[in-house]
Amino acid sequence: MATTHYPEAEFGDLHRRLFILRVGLLLVVALLGLRLWHLQIREGPYYRDLSENNRTRLVLLEPARGLIYDRHGVLLANNVPSFSLYVTLEDVKDREVLIQQLSNLLGFDPALVRKKMTAKGSKLLPRKIKDRMTLRDAMLVESNRLDMPGVMIQVESQRNYPGGVTAAHLLGYVGEISADQLEKPEFVDLHQGSIVGQYGVEKSYDRHMRGMAGQKNVEVDALGHEKKAVVVERPQAGNDLYLTIDVRLQKVAEDLLGGEYGAIVALDPNSGDILAMASRPGFDPNVLSRELTAKQWVEIVQDEGRPLNNRASQGQYPPGSIFKIPMAVAALETKTMSPSSTVFCNGGYQFGKRLYHDWKASGHGYVDLHNALVHSCDVYFYTIGQRMGIDVMAEFGKDFGLGKATGVELPSERTGIMPSTAWKQKAKNEQWLPGETISAAIGQGYVTVTPLQMASLVGTVANNGVSYRPRLVQAVMDRMSGNLQELPAVPRGKINAKPETFRVIKDALADVVTKGTATRAKSSMVTIGGKTGTAQVAALRTGPEENIPKKFRDHAWFVAFAPVESPKIAVAVLAEHMGHGGAAAAPLAKEVIETYMKLAPQVPAVTSDLSGVNRPERSAKDS
Amino acid sequence: MIDRLTEHRGLDSFDIRYVALILAILGIGVLSIYSVTHGQKGGMAPYYLKQLIWIGLGAVAFLVMWASDYHSLARFAYPAYALILLMLVFVLFEGRTSKGAQRWIALGPFTFQPSEFAKLVLVLVLAHYYSKAPRVGWLQRVIVPGLLVLPGLLLILKQPDLGSGLSFVAVYAAMLLMVGVRSKALGFILLFSIMLFPFAWEGVWGSLHDYQRQRIMAFVDPGYDPGGKGYHALQSKIAIGSGELLGKGLYGGTQSQLKFLPEGHTDFVFAVFAEEWGFLGVLVLLTLFVGLIWLSLEIASKAKDQLGALLAVGIVAMLCFCVVVNIGMTAGMFPIVGIPLPLVSYGGSATIMTMAALGLLLNVKRKRLSLFY
Repeated sequence: MATTHYPEAEFGDLHRRLFILRVGLLLVVALLGLRLWHLQIREGPYYRDLSENNRTRLVLLEPARGLIYDRHGVLLANNVPSFSLYVTLEDVKDREVLIQQLSNLLGFDPALVRKKMTAKGSKLLPRKIKDRMTLRDAMLVESNRLDMPGVMIQVESQRNYPGGVTAAHLLGYVGEISADQLEKPEFVDLHQGSIVGQYGVEKSYDRHMRGMAGQKNVEVDALGHEKKAVVVERPQAGNDLYLTIDVRLQKVAEDLLGGEYGAIVALDPNSGDILAMASRPGFDPNVLSRELTAKQWVEIVQDEGRPLNNRASQGQYPPGSIFKIPMAVAALETKTMSPSSTVFCNGGYQFGKRLYHDWKASGHGYVDLHNALVHSCDVYFYTIGQRMGIDVMAEFGKDFGLGKATGVELPSERTGIMPSTAWKQKAKNEQWLPGETISAAIGQGYVTVTPLQMASLVGTVANNGVSYRPRLVQAVMDRMSGNLQELPAVPRGKINAKPETFRVIKDALADVVTKGTATRAKSSMVTIGGKTGTAQVAALRTGPEENIPKKFRDHAWFVAFAPVESPKIAVAVLAEHMGHGGAAAAPLAKEVIETYMKLAPQVPAVTSDLSGVNRPERSAKDS
Repeated sequence: MIDRLTEHRGLDSFDIRYVALILAILGIGVLSIYSVTHGQKGGMAPYYLKQLIWIGLGAVAFLVMWASDYHSLARFAYPAYALILLMLVFVLFEGRTSKGAQRWIALGPFTFQPSEFAKLVLVLVLAHYYSKAPRVGWLQRVIVPGLLVLPGLLLILKQPDLGSGLSFVAVYAAMLLMVGVRSKALGFILLFSIMLFPFAWEGVWGSLHDYQRQRIMAFVDPGYDPGGKGYHALQSKIAIGSGELLGKGLYGGTQSQLKFLPEGHTDFVFAVFAEEWGFLGVLVLLTLFVGLIWLSLEIASKAKDQLGALLAVGIVAMLCFCVVVNIGMTAGMFPIVGIPLPLVSYGGSATIMTMAALGLLLNVKRKRLSLFY
């Protein structure tokens, strides 16, 4: 290896060339040295002077947050300019005087301003004292600026939800990053005062939407007055979201609930796209995205109706008779029952010393599976529950997604409970009692579910066992590259059951609407299949429904899909304390389905029409 | 028997002066990083601690390179280059974006910058190419290696990482000059360059990001954008100049401590050092660098074969280029292109790569002392 391929003379040349390299290196270094000597020795005093008078302040420029649109490009969240007041303590001569000035001029609470000024943080960096100032206040400050060195008005973008309360639980709201959040690694690029999503998709997609802050260099004179501002680094806007919801359907669903408490979820069983998700009571995210006073917070948090709770994904209720759907699948698949075998219902089911009542005291007589579903016969399901046992029921329940999160892109989704012997052992350290199986068979007792899970369940049945993860975001628009990235639907799996099973059950569900417990959901427009349910709130009931105080009345459930032949929409309605599902919830589901069917022809494609949507430019300025 | 002898001679090559120079420069780096970032909040490990970890990993790389045999390393030059190119392609599509450029691959909590390692691999590739067979004629001497450089160069420019791209060109040019180019070939290159210049200008200028164009314009014509991108350069000059003869002392650098100077722990670490330690400190640092490069050139000129000499020259060229361009840009002599100061600037990939390269240099020396076998 020691040989060289080049003639000796040329290898010798290498040494000559290395010599030149050395000389060159010395020359360059000498040049660098000379330059540094010039900077540090000859012009040193000049630069020292500059550095001592370098009264520039670096101000962060908040990025414009990504916008949120519905599936057809209707704007749901944007940014509007708002004025914030900043104070740089280094430039303030007398804090108390300034506090007095601010309180006289603008009516600021002196104690609050003092607290913000004495909070930990750099004296050199401007700190936010007040946001969302009116234009008038901002002008007042500007015109009195010379008397208040160190005070600065900054135009910032403020989150705005044009629809107000519409879809509030889905969108969520934004707020200043908390001290706890600042410690977390996912917020490492952020700083005190950064705005982050605190709820809804604003929170779950915060990383996409928040963008990146830029910097502005503000030159101030010796008195702290701003002289010149220079942008050092432009902020990078966050990415835009396209949701799967249709805001028109969303509004209809919310209006249907009106002043009542409850939730409506509508989704497309063929993709898991959530078309509407209403939860009432609601809140105005515009208010929550502002800086709230402690009193306002207490009011919201202590509100009896818990408006911040998204009942669709966080409310857990007993499914009542909706649970008979997975029960029916289980009965057919385990061959506990055939479609034609019957059970005699005399209005009650004796187990041990206890008589379990049917909702119809006179009984249903001989019922097969079809009629048991159509008329929601409890005795039939007590019987098959007793035959299968809780663990078999739990297995099928879990196949339908009960007892686990659906994985929708919303924070703090609840899982509900699908009880089993193992579950009770673990959760309560108690043995499963046989009687509990009977309650569970009609969706009472320990079983709890969310309305979202129920919509997903009925969608899965409608789609013959194929299910998708419910989702809210169908596309993300990358602001840097301008690319619209469409997110594919996420298949969740297929329930291993015979096609015949789903056919029998869907037939029964169609008859529930045509001649069963939910005739009030019957539509002249479209065929609907559905199931009513009633979730017991209080165990003991005396006298007629009207005499019971409202908060002890039962919750009304209705799940539906339509059209029966080729389902395009699956709906779950839960109306709290509204009594029986057939009366209170079924008409709402019908309204939602009919609205969607009327809207559907105008909206053929889902994401392909996004490219043609005229996207409004963000209204907040970048700087 | 012979093995033991080589082993013994090998240890002799572990030049204590060389290692001392490296450690001194690394020490200055850690000190400056500590000074400029010590007050920073945040739950992450402090930068100086992380830099110490990188130095530890760099020391391992250094020892591995020193203990290996550069002849066997050179045999892997092409596969290694192919791997690096793959990584650069990967970075283009999947890389971590920071400050408008896509340069990093995320490895769990760490990020890894393939363009840094690409420089060292390029040295290996070119040294291997020239020493493998006699390369005669301008086609074999200039064009073919040029084509070898091109894919890596383009991928790096696309990120965009102007600094690493220029280092690529510098390494190529230095190797070319060391192998020797006849006047005729030189003439061809000149002619070609002149003819291609308009296209190249179009391509290069057009592919630059706005911030890069502004920086270059701010350098060529400081009045072009007095407050905009000239900001970095001005603040850096103020930092260096205000250090005067003796400096403002540790933590005394108002420019860097008050955050007027951006990137104080990475690309502008020299300005931080110059502000705090003054012209005297700068002289010490420059002397350390000259000493290190001098010893490296010594190794190049005494290498026992063509491959060793070319490897040494390539590494020295890479080192020189980074030192000169980095100090030059912080002192306002060149446009700001984003090249770290070797061994001083904070950065995992750059620190590990530089230490590995220096280990390889020492390996060239070790092999010279070893017996032929």
